[in-house]
Amino acid sequence: MQMLISTIIDGLNLGSVYALVALGYSMVYGIAKMLNFAHGDVIMVGIYAIFVCLQMSSLPVWITAIVCVAVCALLGFTVEKLAYKPLRDSTPLSVLITAIGVSYLLQNVALLIFKSDRKFLQKFIDLGSVSIGDIEIPKISFVIWGTTLVIMIGLDIFIKNTKMGRAMLAVSEDKGAAQLMGVNVNSTISLTFVIGSALAGVAAILYAAKYKNVDPYTGSVFGIKAFAAAVFGGIGSIPGALIGGFTLGLIEALTIGFLPDTLTAASDGVAYALLIIMLILKPSGLLGKKKIEKV
Amino acid sequence: MSEMLKITDLKVNYGMIQAIKGISFYVNEGEIVALIGANGAGKTTTLHTITGLVPAKSGSIEFEGKELTKIPAHKIVSMGMSHVPEGRRIFQELTVYDNLLMGAFTRKDKNELRDSIKTVYKHFPRLEERKNQIAGTLSGGEQQMLAMGRALMSKPRILLLDEPSMGLSPLYVSEIFHIIEEISKMGTTVLLVEQNAKKALSIANRAYVLETGNIALEGDAKELMQNDSVKKAYLGE
Repeated sequence: MQMLISTIIDGLNLGSVYALVALGYSMVYGIAKMLNFAHGDVIMVGIYAIFVCLQMSSLPVWITAIVCVAVCALLGFTVEKLAYKPLRDSTPLSVLITAIGVSYLLQNVALLIFKSDRKFLQKFIDLGSVSIGDIEIPKISFVIWGTTLVIMIGLDIFIKNTKMGRAMLAVSEDKGAAQLMGVNVNSTISLTFVIGSALAGVAAILYAAKYKNVDPYTGSVFGIKAFAAAVFGGIGSIPGALIGGFTLGLIEALTIGFLPDTLTAASDGVAYALLIIMLILKPSGLLGKKKIEKV
Repeated sequence: MSEMLKITDLKVNYGMIQAIKGISFYVNEGEIVALIGANGAGKTTTLHTITGLVPAKSGSIEFEGKELTKIPAHKIVSMGMSHVPEGRRIFQELTVYDNLLMGAFTRKDKNELRDSIKTVYKHFPRLEERKNQIAGTLSGGEQQMLAMGRALMSKPRILLLDEPSMGLSPLYVSEIFHIIEEISKMGTTVLLVEQNAKKALSIANRAYVLETGNIALEGDAKELMQNDSVKKAYLGE
Protein backbone atom coordinates (compact mmCIF):
# COMPACT_ATOMS: atom_id res chain seq x y z
CA MET A 1 0.00 0.00 0.00
CA GLN A 2 2.74 2.36 1.06
CA MET A 3 4.65 1.35 -2.02
CA LEU A 4 1.64 2.00 -4.23
CA ILE A 5 1.07 5.49 -2.82
CA SER A 6 4.67 6.52 -3.14
CA THR A 7 4.70 5.17 -6.68
CA ILE A 8 1.64 7.24 -7.47
CA ILE A 9 3.32 10.30 -6.00
CA ASP A 10 6.31 9.62 -8.22
CA GLY A 11 3.98 9.28 -11.17
CA LEU A 12 2.28 12.57 -10.42
CA ASN A 13 5.64 14.31 -10.18
CA LEU A 14 6.78 12.91 -13.47
CA GLY A 15 3.34 13.56 -14.99
CA SER A 16 3.39 17.22 -13.98
CA VAL A 17 6.64 17.81 -15.79
CA TYR A 18 5.44 15.82 -18.80
CA ALA A 19 2.28 17.91 -18.83
CA LEU A 20 4.21 21.19 -18.92
CA VAL A 21 6.39 19.97 -21.75
CA ALA A 22 3.43 18.47 -23.62
CA LEU A 23 1.74 21.83 -23.31
CA GLY A 24 4.66 23.48 -25.07
CA TYR A 25 4.45 20.97 -27.93
CA SER A 26 0.71 21.39 -28.13
CA MET A 27 0.67 25.18 -28.19
CA VAL A 28 3.30 25.44 -30.86
CA TYR A 29 1.61 22.74 -32.91
CA GLY A 30 -1.79 24.36 -32.52
CA ILE A 31 -0.65 27.77 -33.64
CA ALA A 32 2.34 27.30 -35.90
CA LYS A 33 1.17 23.88 -37.18
CA MET A 34 4.62 22.44 -36.70
CA LEU A 35 6.16 19.83 -34.43
CA ASN A 36 9.02 21.50 -32.66
CA PHE A 37 11.20 18.50 -32.01
CA ALA A 38 13.81 20.74 -30.42
CA HIS A 39 11.37 21.54 -27.63
CA GLY A 40 12.78 18.85 -25.32
CA ASP A 41 16.32 20.09 -25.86
CA VAL A 42 15.28 23.52 -24.65
CA ILE A 43 14.67 21.87 -21.27
CA MET A 44 18.13 20.37 -21.35
CA VAL A 45 19.62 23.82 -22.00
CA GLY A 46 17.53 25.16 -19.11
CA ILE A 47 18.88 22.54 -16.72
CA TYR A 48 22.44 23.33 -17.79
CA ALA A 49 21.66 27.00 -17.13
CA ILE A 50 20.72 25.99 -13.58
CA PHE A 51 23.92 23.93 -13.36
CA VAL A 52 26.00 26.95 -14.37
CA CYS A 53 24.20 29.15 -11.85
CA LEU A 54 24.93 26.60 -9.12
CA GLN A 55 28.63 26.64 -10.06
CA MET A 56 28.64 30.39 -9.56
CA SER A 57 28.25 29.81 -5.84
CA SER A 58 25.70 31.65 -3.85
CA LEU A 59 23.00 32.86 -6.21
CA PRO A 60 19.59 32.69 -4.53
CA VAL A 61 17.27 30.02 -5.88
CA TRP A 62 14.77 32.48 -7.33
CA ILE A 63 17.45 34.18 -9.43
CA THR A 64 18.56 30.78 -10.72
CA ALA A 65 14.94 30.01 -11.59
CA ILE A 66 14.47 33.30 -13.43
CA VAL A 67 17.74 32.80 -15.31
CA CYS A 68 16.60 29.33 -16.36
CA VAL A 69 13.20 30.52 -17.66
CA ALA A 70 14.77 33.54 -19.37
CA VAL A 71 17.43 31.43 -21.08
CA CYS A 72 14.78 29.02 -22.36
CA ALA A 73 12.43 31.77 -23.56
CA LEU A 74 15.27 33.54 -25.33
CA LEU A 75 16.45 30.30 -26.89
CA GLY A 76 12.93 29.56 -28.13
CA PHE A 77 12.62 33.03 -29.60
CA THR A 78 16.01 32.81 -31.31
CA VAL A 79 15.47 29.33 -32.73
CA GLU A 80 12.09 30.37 -34.11
CA LYS A 81 13.53 33.51 -35.69
CA LEU A 82 16.61 31.90 -37.21
CA ALA A 83 15.45 28.41 -38.08
CA TYR A 84 11.67 28.29 -38.46
CA LYS A 85 10.53 31.74 -39.55
CA PRO A 86 12.39 31.65 -42.88
CA LEU A 87 10.52 28.43 -43.65
CA ARG A 88 7.06 29.78 -42.88
CA ASP A 89 5.76 29.19 -46.39
CA SER A 90 7.55 25.95 -47.15
CA THR A 91 6.31 22.39 -46.74
CA PRO A 92 5.71 20.96 -43.25
CA LEU A 93 8.34 18.30 -43.96
CA SER A 94 11.18 20.81 -44.32
CA VAL A 95 10.18 22.49 -41.07
CA LEU A 96 10.05 19.13 -39.32
CA ILE A 97 13.50 18.18 -40.56
CA THR A 98 14.84 21.58 -39.54
CA ALA A 99 13.43 21.04 -36.05
CA ILE A 100 15.22 17.71 -35.82
CA GLY A 101 18.37 19.48 -36.98
CA VAL A 102 18.00 22.14 -34.29
CA SER A 103 17.54 19.36 -31.74
CA TYR A 104 20.84 17.74 -32.72
CA LEU A 105 22.54 21.11 -32.86
CA LEU A 106 21.56 21.92 -29.27
CA GLN A 107 22.62 18.45 -28.07
CA ASN A 108 25.98 18.73 -29.73
CA VAL A 109 26.66 22.23 -28.49
CA ALA A 110 25.89 20.95 -24.99
CA LEU A 111 28.21 18.01 -25.60
CA LEU A 112 30.95 20.39 -26.68
CA ILE A 113 30.62 22.67 -23.67
CA PHE A 114 29.68 20.26 -20.88
CA LYS A 115 31.05 16.94 -22.20
CA SER A 116 29.05 13.75 -22.19
CA ASP A 117 29.22 12.85 -18.51
CA ARG A 118 26.16 13.35 -16.38
CA LYS A 119 26.23 16.45 -14.21
CA PHE A 120 24.59 16.49 -10.81
CA LEU A 121 22.76 19.34 -9.18
CA GLN A 122 22.61 18.18 -5.56
CA LYS A 123 22.60 21.70 -4.24
CA PHE A 124 19.48 22.76 -6.16
CA ILE A 125 16.39 23.14 -3.96
CA ASP A 126 16.30 20.65 -1.11
CA LEU A 127 13.13 20.99 0.91
CA GLY A 128 13.12 17.70 2.73
CA SER A 129 9.87 15.83 3.16
CA VAL A 130 6.75 15.57 5.25
CA SER A 131 5.33 12.39 6.73
CA ILE A 132 1.66 11.62 6.59
CA GLY A 133 1.19 8.45 8.58
CA ASP A 134 3.70 5.98 7.18
CA ILE A 135 4.06 7.77 3.93
CA GLU A 136 6.82 10.21 3.30
CA ILE A 137 6.12 12.84 0.69
CA PRO A 138 8.97 15.01 -0.52
CA LYS A 139 7.94 18.65 -0.16
CA ILE A 140 9.14 19.40 -3.65
CA SER A 141 6.22 17.31 -4.92
CA PHE A 142 3.77 19.92 -3.68
CA VAL A 143 5.77 22.63 -5.43
CA ILE A 144 5.71 20.62 -8.65
CA TRP A 145 1.96 19.95 -8.56
CA GLY A 146 1.12 23.49 -7.51
CA THR A 147 3.27 25.06 -10.20
CA THR A 148 1.82 22.86 -12.92
CA LEU A 149 -1.74 23.54 -11.85
CA VAL A 150 -1.23 27.30 -11.55
CA ILE A 151 0.41 27.45 -14.98
CA MET A 152 -2.33 25.41 -16.64
CA ILE A 153 -5.10 27.52 -15.17
CA GLY A 154 -3.25 30.76 -15.83
CA LEU A 155 -2.63 29.83 -19.44
CA ASP A 156 -6.24 28.85 -19.95
CA ILE A 157 -7.40 32.21 -18.58
CA PHE A 158 -4.83 34.05 -20.69
CA ILE A 159 -5.92 32.34 -23.89
CA LYS A 160 -9.66 32.68 -23.35
CA ASN A 161 -9.83 36.14 -21.86
CA THR A 162 -7.14 38.34 -23.31
CA LYS A 163 -6.83 39.95 -26.68
CA MET A 164 -3.49 38.25 -27.38
CA GLY A 165 -4.96 34.91 -26.32
CA ARG A 166 -7.90 35.30 -28.66
CA ALA A 167 -5.48 36.26 -31.42
CA MET A 168 -3.59 33.03 -30.79
CA LEU A 169 -6.79 31.01 -31.09
CA ALA A 170 -7.70 32.89 -34.25
CA VAL A 171 -4.30 32.22 -35.81
CA SER A 172 -4.51 28.55 -34.89
CA GLU A 173 -7.82 28.30 -36.70
CA ASP A 174 -7.31 30.43 -39.79
CA LYS A 175 -4.16 32.44 -40.42
CA GLY A 176 -5.62 34.33 -43.37
CA ALA A 177 -8.79 35.37 -41.57
CA ALA A 178 -6.73 36.37 -38.54
CA GLN A 179 -4.64 38.64 -40.77
CA LEU A 180 -7.79 40.24 -42.10
CA MET A 181 -8.66 41.11 -38.50
CA GLY A 182 -5.32 42.88 -38.17
CA VAL A 183 -3.48 40.13 -36.31
CA ASN A 184 0.24 40.00 -37.04
CA VAL A 185 0.61 36.26 -37.59
CA ASN A 186 4.40 36.26 -37.43
CA SER A 187 4.60 37.97 -34.06
CA THR A 188 1.80 35.78 -32.71
CA ILE A 189 3.79 32.70 -33.68
CA SER A 190 6.93 34.16 -32.09
CA LEU A 191 4.99 34.86 -28.91
CA THR A 192 3.76 31.28 -28.87
CA PHE A 193 7.33 30.02 -29.11
CA VAL A 194 8.41 32.29 -26.28
CA ILE A 195 5.57 31.10 -24.04
CA GLY A 196 6.13 27.44 -24.97
CA SER A 197 9.86 27.74 -24.29
CA ALA A 198 9.27 29.55 -21.01
CA LEU A 199 7.11 26.57 -20.02
CA ALA A 200 10.03 24.34 -20.95
CA GLY A 201 12.09 26.52 -18.61
CA VAL A 202 9.66 25.91 -15.76
CA ALA A 203 9.74 22.21 -16.58
CA ALA A 204 13.55 22.37 -16.42
CA ILE A 205 13.40 23.86 -12.92
CA LEU A 206 11.00 21.19 -11.70
CA TYR A 207 13.00 18.43 -13.37
CA ALA A 208 16.25 19.70 -11.86
CA ALA A 209 14.67 20.05 -8.42
CA LYS A 210 13.32 16.52 -8.52
CA TYR A 211 15.84 14.48 -10.46
CA LYS A 212 18.97 16.58 -9.95
CA ASN A 213 20.93 15.45 -12.97
CA VAL A 214 21.45 16.33 -16.60
CA ASP A 215 23.33 15.16 -19.67
CA PRO A 216 23.09 16.38 -23.25
CA TYR A 217 20.37 13.85 -24.08
CA THR A 218 18.16 14.40 -21.04
CA GLY A 219 15.90 16.76 -22.94
CA SER A 220 15.40 14.83 -26.14
CA VAL A 221 14.40 11.57 -24.45
CA PHE A 222 12.12 13.39 -22.05
CA GLY A 223 10.78 15.58 -24.84
CA ILE A 224 9.82 12.72 -27.12
CA LYS A 225 7.90 11.10 -24.29
CA ALA A 226 6.16 14.39 -23.52
CA PHE A 227 5.31 14.58 -27.22
CA ALA A 228 3.72 11.16 -26.94
CA ALA A 229 1.75 12.52 -23.99
CA ALA A 230 0.61 15.51 -26.05
CA VAL A 231 -0.59 13.27 -28.88
CA PHE A 232 -2.23 10.92 -26.40
CA GLY A 233 -4.22 13.76 -24.84
CA GLY A 234 -5.00 15.37 -28.17
CA ILE A 235 -2.39 17.71 -29.59
CA GLY A 236 -3.50 21.33 -29.57
CA SER A 237 -5.59 20.91 -26.44
CA ILE A 238 -4.50 22.31 -23.05
CA PRO A 239 -6.52 19.92 -20.86
CA GLY A 240 -5.39 17.18 -23.25
CA ALA A 241 -1.75 17.96 -22.45
CA LEU A 242 -2.56 17.80 -18.75
CA ILE A 243 -4.35 14.46 -18.99
CA GLY A 244 -1.78 13.01 -21.39
CA GLY A 245 1.08 14.10 -19.15
CA PHE A 246 -0.39 12.66 -15.97
CA THR A 247 -1.46 9.41 -17.64
CA LEU A 248 1.99 8.86 -19.03
CA GLY A 249 3.71 9.81 -15.76
CA LEU A 250 1.55 7.44 -13.72
CA ILE A 251 1.87 4.54 -16.10
CA GLU A 252 5.62 4.97 -16.32
CA ALA A 253 6.00 5.16 -12.53
CA LEU A 254 3.82 2.09 -12.05
CA THR A 255 5.81 0.13 -14.61
CA ILE A 256 9.06 1.02 -12.90
CA GLY A 257 7.61 0.37 -9.46
CA PHE A 258 5.90 -2.94 -10.02
CA LEU A 259 7.49 -4.75 -12.93
CA PRO A 260 10.42 -7.04 -12.15
CA ASP A 261 13.74 -5.21 -12.27
CA THR A 262 14.77 -6.82 -15.51
CA LEU A 263 11.83 -5.19 -17.22
CA THR A 264 12.05 -1.66 -15.82
CA ALA A 265 14.30 -0.73 -18.69
CA ALA A 266 11.18 -1.20 -20.80
CA SER A 267 9.43 1.70 -19.06
CA ASP A 268 10.44 4.04 -21.87
CA GLY A 269 8.70 1.72 -24.28
CA VAL A 270 5.45 2.17 -22.41
CA ALA A 271 5.15 5.75 -23.61
CA TYR A 272 5.44 4.68 -27.21
CA ALA A 273 3.14 1.70 -26.79
CA LEU A 274 0.57 4.08 -25.36
CA LEU A 275 1.05 6.42 -28.29
CA ILE A 276 0.60 3.61 -30.81
CA ILE A 277 -2.55 2.32 -29.12
CA MET A 278 -4.06 5.78 -29.07
CA LEU A 279 -3.16 6.42 -32.69
CA ILE A 280 -4.95 3.22 -33.66
CA LEU A 281 -8.04 3.80 -31.54
CA LYS A 282 -8.47 7.56 -31.82
CA PRO A 283 -5.91 9.30 -34.04
CA SER A 284 -6.92 12.76 -32.85
CA GLY A 285 -6.10 11.88 -29.23
CA LEU A 286 -8.26 11.77 -26.15
CA LEU A 287 -9.52 15.35 -26.30
CA GLY A 288 -8.38 16.22 -29.80
CA LYS A 289 -10.78 17.64 -32.29
CA LYS A 290 -11.36 15.90 -35.52
CA LYS A 291 -10.38 18.40 -38.14
CA ILE A 292 -12.25 18.40 -41.37
CA GLU A 293 -9.93 19.61 -44.07
CA LYS A 294 -11.69 22.34 -45.95
CA VAL A 295 -11.01 23.01 -49.57
CA MET B 1 -17.63 61.72 -55.73
CA SER B 2 -14.01 60.76 -55.54
CA GLU B 3 -12.21 57.55 -56.34
CA MET B 4 -11.73 55.77 -53.05
CA LEU B 5 -10.20 52.59 -54.39
CA LYS B 6 -8.32 52.56 -57.65
CA ILE B 7 -6.81 49.46 -59.20
CA THR B 8 -4.48 50.00 -62.14
CA ASP B 9 -3.16 47.30 -64.47
CA LEU B 10 -3.10 44.69 -61.71
CA LYS B 11 -1.44 41.37 -62.51
CA VAL B 12 -1.42 38.39 -60.16
CA ASN B 13 0.23 35.00 -60.57
CA TYR B 14 -0.58 31.75 -58.84
CA GLY B 15 2.58 29.75 -59.35
CA MET B 16 3.03 29.56 -63.12
CA ILE B 17 -0.52 30.55 -63.88
CA GLN B 18 -1.45 34.13 -64.51
CA ALA B 19 -4.73 34.49 -62.64
CA ILE B 20 -5.23 38.23 -63.14
CA LYS B 21 -3.95 39.57 -66.43
CA GLY B 22 -3.84 43.31 -65.94
CA ILE B 23 -7.16 44.67 -64.74
CA SER B 24 -8.08 48.26 -63.90
CA PHE B 25 -11.16 49.44 -62.07
CA TYR B 26 -12.21 51.93 -59.44
CA VAL B 27 -14.73 52.35 -56.66
CA ASN B 28 -16.10 55.78 -55.77
CA GLU B 29 -16.86 56.78 -52.24
CA GLY B 30 -20.42 55.77 -51.32
CA GLU B 31 -20.92 53.39 -54.22
CA ILE B 32 -21.81 49.74 -54.36
CA VAL B 33 -19.65 48.25 -57.10
CA ALA B 34 -20.18 44.67 -58.17
CA LEU B 35 -17.53 42.38 -59.61
CA ILE B 36 -19.32 39.54 -61.36
CA GLY B 37 -18.14 36.58 -63.39
CA ALA B 38 -17.99 32.82 -63.54
CA ASN B 39 -16.11 30.48 -61.26
CA GLY B 40 -12.37 30.89 -61.75
CA ALA B 41 -12.61 34.29 -63.42
CA GLY B 42 -10.35 35.80 -60.74
CA LYS B 43 -12.87 37.58 -58.54
CA THR B 44 -11.67 36.15 -55.24
CA THR B 45 -8.04 36.51 -56.25
CA THR B 46 -8.67 40.19 -56.92
CA LEU B 47 -10.06 40.74 -53.43
CA HIS B 48 -7.27 38.70 -51.83
CA THR B 49 -4.70 40.82 -53.62
CA ILE B 50 -6.34 44.06 -52.50
CA THR B 51 -6.16 43.06 -48.84
CA GLY B 52 -2.69 41.59 -49.16
CA LEU B 53 -3.41 37.88 -48.67
CA VAL B 54 -1.99 37.25 -52.13
CA PRO B 55 0.92 39.31 -53.48
CA ALA B 56 0.47 41.35 -56.66
CA LYS B 57 2.91 40.69 -59.46
CA SER B 58 2.63 44.18 -60.85
CA GLY B 59 0.28 47.11 -61.04
CA SER B 60 -1.06 49.30 -58.31
CA ILE B 61 -3.83 49.28 -55.72
CA GLU B 62 -4.51 52.72 -54.35
CA PHE B 63 -6.81 53.23 -51.38
CA GLU B 64 -7.56 56.82 -50.37
CA GLY B 65 -4.34 57.84 -52.08
CA LYS B 66 -2.19 55.20 -50.35
CA GLU B 67 -0.50 52.37 -52.23
CA LEU B 68 -1.49 49.01 -50.75
CA THR B 69 0.59 46.51 -52.71
CA LYS B 70 3.57 46.73 -50.37
CA ILE B 71 1.58 46.81 -47.14
CA PRO B 72 1.30 43.54 -45.17
CA ALA B 73 -2.19 42.05 -44.86
CA HIS B 74 -2.55 42.62 -41.13
CA LYS B 75 -2.07 46.37 -41.53
CA ILE B 76 -4.86 46.86 -44.08
CA VAL B 77 -7.83 46.67 -41.72
CA SER B 78 -6.70 49.60 -39.58
CA MET B 79 -6.50 51.72 -42.73
CA GLY B 80 -10.29 51.50 -43.04
CA MET B 81 -10.77 48.50 -45.30
CA SER B 82 -12.51 45.34 -44.19
CA HIS B 83 -12.75 42.10 -46.12
CA VAL B 84 -15.42 39.41 -45.67
CA PRO B 85 -13.70 36.45 -47.29
CA GLU B 86 -15.26 33.77 -49.42
CA GLY B 87 -16.63 30.92 -47.33
CA ARG B 88 -17.07 33.39 -44.43
CA ARG B 89 -14.10 32.03 -42.48
CA ILE B 90 -15.45 32.94 -39.09
CA PHE B 91 -13.55 31.53 -36.12
CA GLN B 92 -15.55 28.36 -35.60
CA GLU B 93 -14.29 27.60 -32.13
CA LEU B 94 -14.84 31.06 -30.66
CA THR B 95 -18.16 32.40 -29.46
CA VAL B 96 -20.16 34.81 -31.59
CA TYR B 97 -19.20 37.61 -29.21
CA ASP B 98 -15.48 36.74 -29.34
CA ASN B 99 -15.66 36.67 -33.13
CA LEU B 100 -17.01 40.20 -33.06
CA LEU B 101 -14.23 41.23 -30.68
CA MET B 102 -11.70 39.77 -33.14
CA GLY B 103 -13.20 42.04 -35.76
CA ALA B 104 -12.27 44.99 -33.58
CA PHE B 105 -8.77 43.64 -32.90
CA THR B 106 -6.99 46.82 -33.98
CA ARG B 107 -9.27 49.16 -32.03
CA LYS B 108 -8.50 50.26 -28.51
CA ASP B 109 -11.35 52.48 -27.24
CA LYS B 110 -13.65 50.28 -25.12
CA ASN B 111 -16.63 52.68 -25.28
CA GLU B 112 -16.51 52.95 -29.05
CA LEU B 113 -16.29 49.19 -29.16
CA ARG B 114 -19.50 48.85 -27.21
CA ASP B 115 -21.21 51.21 -29.65
CA SER B 116 -19.97 49.18 -32.60
CA ILE B 117 -21.28 45.97 -31.10
CA LYS B 118 -24.65 47.67 -30.63
CA THR B 119 -24.66 48.79 -34.26
CA VAL B 120 -23.84 45.27 -35.42
CA TYR B 121 -26.61 43.83 -33.26
CA LYS B 122 -28.99 46.35 -34.80
CA HIS B 123 -28.14 45.12 -38.31
CA PHE B 124 -28.15 41.48 -37.19
CA PRO B 125 -30.48 40.96 -34.20
CA ARG B 126 -29.92 37.23 -34.46
CA LEU B 127 -26.26 37.65 -33.51
CA GLU B 128 -27.29 39.23 -30.22
CA GLU B 129 -29.60 36.33 -29.47
CA ARG B 130 -26.73 33.95 -30.09
CA LYS B 131 -23.84 35.95 -28.73
CA ASN B 132 -22.60 33.26 -26.34
CA GLN B 133 -22.96 30.43 -28.82
CA ILE B 134 -19.91 28.78 -30.38
CA ALA B 135 -19.76 30.20 -33.90
CA GLY B 136 -19.30 26.83 -35.57
CA THR B 137 -22.78 25.82 -34.47
CA LEU B 138 -24.50 28.65 -36.37
CA SER B 139 -26.40 28.02 -39.58
CA GLY B 140 -24.83 29.08 -42.88
CA GLY B 141 -26.88 32.26 -43.06
CA GLU B 142 -26.07 33.18 -39.48
CA GLN B 143 -22.39 32.54 -40.14
CA GLN B 144 -22.55 34.94 -43.08
CA MET B 145 -24.16 37.53 -40.82
CA LEU B 146 -21.42 36.97 -38.26
CA ALA B 147 -18.72 37.35 -40.90
CA MET B 148 -20.26 40.64 -42.01
CA GLY B 149 -20.83 41.82 -38.45
CA ARG B 150 -17.23 40.95 -37.61
CA ALA B 151 -16.01 42.97 -40.58
CA LEU B 152 -18.12 45.96 -39.53
CA MET B 153 -16.53 45.92 -36.07
CA SER B 154 -13.45 47.66 -37.48
CA LYS B 155 -15.65 50.56 -38.66
CA PRO B 156 -14.47 50.26 -42.25
CA ARG B 157 -14.94 53.01 -44.82
CA ILE B 158 -14.96 50.32 -47.50
CA LEU B 159 -16.28 46.79 -47.16
CA LEU B 160 -15.14 44.04 -49.54
CA LEU B 161 -17.69 41.22 -49.73
CA ASP B 162 -16.79 37.91 -51.35
CA GLU B 163 -19.77 35.77 -52.39
CA PRO B 164 -22.02 36.66 -49.46
CA SER B 165 -24.88 34.65 -50.98
CA MET B 166 -22.93 31.44 -51.51
CA GLY B 167 -24.71 28.36 -50.19
CA LEU B 168 -27.60 30.27 -48.63
CA SER B 169 -31.32 29.70 -48.98
CA PRO B 170 -33.19 32.26 -51.13
CA LEU B 171 -34.70 33.79 -48.00
CA TYR B 172 -31.30 34.39 -46.46
CA VAL B 173 -29.95 35.71 -49.76
CA SER B 174 -32.63 38.40 -49.84
CA GLU B 175 -31.99 39.28 -46.22
CA ILE B 176 -28.22 39.53 -46.73
CA PHE B 177 -28.62 41.73 -49.80
CA HIS B 178 -31.08 43.92 -47.95
CA ILE B 179 -28.50 44.38 -45.18
CA ILE B 180 -25.79 45.21 -47.72
CA GLU B 181 -27.98 48.03 -49.00
CA GLU B 182 -28.56 49.19 -45.43
CA ILE B 183 -24.82 49.20 -44.71
CA SER B 184 -24.28 51.17 -47.88
CA LYS B 185 -26.93 53.73 -46.93
CA MET B 186 -25.19 54.28 -43.62
CA GLY B 187 -22.17 55.51 -45.54
CA THR B 188 -19.93 52.48 -46.08
CA THR B 189 -18.62 51.96 -49.59
CA VAL B 190 -19.05 48.39 -50.86
CA LEU B 191 -17.11 46.29 -53.34
CA LEU B 192 -19.18 43.18 -53.92
CA VAL B 193 -18.00 39.99 -55.58
CA GLU B 194 -20.84 37.70 -56.61
CA GLN B 195 -21.77 34.77 -58.77
CA ASN B 196 -25.39 35.65 -58.24
CA ALA B 197 -25.19 38.35 -60.91
CA LYS B 198 -28.87 39.17 -60.87
CA LYS B 199 -28.93 40.00 -57.18
CA ALA B 200 -25.62 41.83 -57.34
CA LEU B 201 -26.63 44.01 -60.29
CA SER B 202 -29.95 44.81 -58.64
CA ILE B 203 -28.30 46.60 -55.73
CA ALA B 204 -25.08 47.87 -57.36
CA ASN B 205 -24.45 51.29 -58.87
CA ARG B 206 -21.82 50.05 -61.29
CA ALA B 207 -20.39 46.67 -62.19
CA TYR B 208 -17.46 44.96 -63.87
CA VAL B 209 -17.66 41.60 -65.60
CA LEU B 210 -14.52 39.52 -65.06
CA GLU B 211 -13.66 36.76 -67.52
CA THR B 212 -10.54 34.58 -67.07
CA GLY B 213 -8.46 37.31 -65.52
CA ASN B 214 -9.60 40.19 -67.71
CA ILE B 215 -12.37 42.74 -67.45
CA ALA B 216 -14.72 41.93 -70.31
CA LEU B 217 -17.41 44.50 -69.65
CA GLU B 218 -18.04 47.42 -67.38
CA GLY B 219 -20.70 50.01 -66.80
CA ASP B 220 -23.82 51.11 -65.03
CA ALA B 221 -25.40 48.14 -63.25
CA LYS B 222 -28.88 48.78 -64.67
CA GLU B 223 -27.49 48.99 -68.20
CA LEU B 224 -25.46 45.80 -67.79
CA MET B 225 -28.62 44.04 -66.75
CA GLN B 226 -30.02 44.82 -70.19
CA ASN B 227 -26.85 43.84 -72.02
CA ASP B 228 -27.47 40.80 -74.22
CA SER B 229 -24.24 38.94 -73.54
CA VAL B 230 -24.58 39.52 -69.79
CA LYS B 231 -28.14 38.28 -69.95
CA LYS B 232 -27.08 35.16 -71.77
CA ALA B 233 -23.97 34.32 -69.77
CA TYR B 234 -24.85 35.41 -66.24
CA LEU B 235 -28.54 36.03 -65.86
CA GLY B 236 -29.71 32.83 -67.47
CA GLU B 237 -32.20 34.52 -69.75
